[in-house]
Amino acid sequence: MRPLELYIHIPFCIKKCKYCDFLSGPASEGERAEYVESLCRKIRSYAELAKAYRVATIFVGGGTPSILEAEQMKRIFAAMGETFQIEAAAEVSMEMNPGTVTKEKLNVYKSIGINRLSIGLQSADNKELAALGRIHTYEEFLLSYYMAREAGFQNINIDLMSAIPFQTRESCEKSLRTAAELKPEHISAYSLIIEEGTPFYEKYGEGKNAADLPDEDTERLMYEDTKRILQEYGYHRYEISNYAKEGYECQHNLGYWERTEYLGIGTGAASLIDNRRFMEGGKPEELSISDQMAEYMFLGLRKMKGVSKQKFAESYGSSMETVYGTVIEDMKEKGLLEERGDYVLLTERGIDISNYVMSGFLGTG
Amino acid sequence: MAGTDQSKIRNFCIIAHIDHGKSTLADRMIEMTGLLTSREMQSQVLDNMELERERGITIKAQAVRIVYKAKNGEEYIFNLIDTPGHVDFNYEVSRSLAACDGAILVVDAAQGVEAQTLANVYLALDHDLDVMPVINKIDLPSAQPERVIEEIEEIIGIEAEDAPRISAKRGINIEEVLEQIVEKIPAPGGDPEAPLQALIFDSIYDSYKGVIVFCRIKEGTVKKGTPILMMATGAKAEVVEVGYFGAGQFIPCEELTAGMVGYITASLKNVKDTRVGDTVTNAGRPCSEPLPGYKKVNPMVYCGMYPADGAKYPDLRDALEKLKLNDASLHFEPETSIALGFGFRCGFLGLLHLEIIQERLEREYNLDLVTTAPSVIYKVYKTNGDVIELTNPSNLPDPSEIDYMEEPIVKAEVMVTSEFIGSIMDLCQERRGIYEGMEYIEETRAVLHYRLPLNEIIYDFFDALKSRSRGYASFDYEVAGYEQSELVKLDILINKEEVDALSFIVHAGTAYERGRKMCEKLKEEIPRQLFEIPIQAAIGSKIIARETVKAMRKDVLAKCYGGDITRKKKLLEKQKEGKKRMRQVGNVEIPQKAFMSVLKLDDK
Repeated sequence: MRPLELYIHIPFCIKKCKYCDFLSGPASEGERAEYVESLCRKIRSYAELAKAYRVATIFVGGGTPSILEAEQMKRIFAAMGETFQIEAAAEVSMEMNPGTVTKEKLNVYKSIGINRLSIGLQSADNKELAALGRIHTYEEFLLSYYMAREAGFQNINIDLMSAIPFQTRESCEKSLRTAAELKPEHISAYSLIIEEGTPFYEKYGEGKNAADLPDEDTERLMYEDTKRILQEYGYHRYEISNYAKEGYECQHNLGYWERTEYLGIGTGAASLIDNRRFMEGGKPEELSISDQMAEYMFLGLRKMKGVSKQKFAESYGSSMETVYGTVIEDMKEKGLLEERGDYVLLTERGIDISNYVMSGFLGTG
Repeated sequence: MAGTDQSKIRNFCIIAHIDHGKSTLADRMIEMTGLLTSREMQSQVLDNMELERERGITIKAQAVRIVYKAKNGEEYIFNLIDTPGHVDFNYEVSRSLAACDGAILVVDAAQGVEAQTLANVYLALDHDLDVMPVINKIDLPSAQPERVIEEIEEIIGIEAEDAPRISAKRGINIEEVLEQIVEKIPAPGGDPEAPLQALIFDSIYDSYKGVIVFCRIKEGTVKKGTPILMMATGAKAEVVEVGYFGAGQFIPCEELTAGMVGYITASLKNVKDTRVGDTVTNAGRPCSEPLPGYKKVNPMVYCGMYPADGAKYPDLRDALEKLKLNDASLHFEPETSIALGFGFRCGFLGLLHLEIIQERLEREYNLDLVTTAPSVIYKVYKTNGDVIELTNPSNLPDPSEIDYMEEPIVKAEVMVTSEFIGSIMDLCQERRGIYEGMEYIEETRAVLHYRLPLNEIIYDFFDALKSRSRGYASFDYEVAGYEQSELVKLDILINKEEVDALSFIVHAGTAYERGRKMCEKLKEEIPRQLFEIPIQAAIGSKIIARETVKAMRKDVLAKCYGGDITRKKKLLEKQKEGKKRMRQVGNVEIPQKAFMSVLKLDDK
């Protein structure tokens, strides 16, 4: 049986954040109930496919999944349990936002098998939180965090963001230290991206109001600070935007870069099954061998450990040197890639301009 | 035979300022004469090249023969000869006019007489043509036909009181135009029995028929089998076919006699042999002297054209050879650039001609081109007595070997409304113009006379002129010889290496300014790369300006989910695609369009 990752999408939130371009939005109680029903039906409809797999990780994302009633989450997990064979040691994560959980909900989460929580903090500065359009303050976050600890969750991630409007290098450092001092097992640290179709794009898109945003040099310093500070607290960077205490790397996230098969259920969720990538209800994209090889490279390079040459050869029947030797040599010469034993990985400089390096693997295989 | 009665032939052209409705009037006349049904009419049938239609300009002179049954009951043959409307093609206009006996002057009822209108009228009067005015666009709300008629009488000094007031677009009063052609345009003269004397006003290459010569028979007769001689080029051939111009097609006929307009095909393989303005005569019974006015047209503007993909060099050569079959004024010869590899130095009549060729190469021949900044021909007088005609700036000899240099000068006339005189004078001043006078043609309009270096107007002068006069100024020029000038070669160094394809010649007085702007422009054009790239402008070994392209920006630390992979891939593909339009020079990637940067130094 092959390993499978399950992703469950809950497209609801209290209020959309100003930068958010995910498929999510506020909805009525009735709409939520209806969604949960159809989600459970969809989960069960995969019974046939489920036979070939054992589920290694589950990730319930959104939106704000914690907005659902405890009872509704129970039903979703019951449907998964009936349909799929879930490994005993599976990593089961759920996203939550401060101000949407209660002690009771957390107890239910624990009882249905959720063993990892991912909490969106973004910043420890209340002014910055307001600028982002977040619904909570730092204090409210803290309350939820402690509640989760009390409920017995021993694997918690905190999401942090840099390049927020009005953020300074100092306030960024303060957020990082504040979060790290709470000793979560995992910290996701990434940059704000001004996405089209969001209120932020109206305000900041195409270089508008650039003075409100940290400039390029400041952003660069924040980025360097992040790594330095988190390392100080014992977090290691295992993926481009993810840091963890040893042994707490997010298996679900790593699975994407290893090209483990995944099944996304819920509105707009993406899947990769049998080298076909598809969105729920959408037309599947067939990945040719050269697509697969390119993905192996450019996705795999997101991992700090890099990509394994041996695994490449086992998966595709030809060596990485044969297929990508020229690109790899060129990038090594430019100081962007290096080799360590069986692995090819990004250098510090390569991490800085990872898109440039990754694009080298497209259309050359 | 119908065509041989000279009194029933009218040979004429239509002259107009751009956009005043020349092609539309031609279309209507062709429709009205019934040669084509409305259904068959493509709009603007005279402009049959796709490119011409898109740009709204007529590039190659063409002709059409139509039959008009006049109110007096007689049938008349009208030969309408179309003329190109741009200053680059002035000589071709002049030859087309020489093939006519009269001209219809179309003036826009709203805009009135424009600079180009005047230039064309003077050209027509120089060729002794009878000019017959027509007031077009009377349907426009802003039309003031009476005022425009007054303007024509005052400014041009021709009778205009009974000029037809028409709307070519709506087909109003076209018949009156046709009637007046019969009355006012003189019938041609010439003796069909005299030795052949025919003026070439255009020629095209056809892969089946070979070269097709468009000509006006001034004296004598030509038919199949006539041995012909081109008096200027000396080419000889035997006539295979003669005929006249249907709308969009060639219609063979028995013979062409004095007064007629038509075409000749002979076994001629190259348009070079049939230069516009040359005289065709009977090789066995030549006329005593050629028709006056022939001159060899020489390119004025040169630039380098390189295939973006080096492997396409033979394709580019083939394409240029094909275009040249039809365009005797296009010159090209192979050259090599350190930065761009193998390509061609090409010569053109002017910037528009350059752009047209460039577009045709890209569109019709599917070539991706890198074009270097255009240059005029400089004369370099060396200390050892040699004189070089310099078409490629990178071939400029070492300054120590140069005694002095000369650059081409033009006499320019700018017509402008009085409110913009100040800003246009400033512009001419900035472009090293020498003011030679100004005359008011009416209260609110004046013609400014300037001597300007050609290299100051080939770049963006037209655009600057239009933007500084809100589109009201118009401009015409003619070449007025060479003058000594203080010129220097400006080199561009990218990452400390000189890029030959970016060098250009500039007046010493403006070199600093140009160098600075060029560096600024290149900084915008060249994307960030792995390392910081200095861009420098230098005269000899002296650096006069510098900018820096910063190293590539760090990528944002994007969070990425399984659902984002397709999007991520698209982003990477876009990045990869961007690299393809780049030219690797040393270890710097330069976008193809950066090589034309010098043209855009005045962009805001």
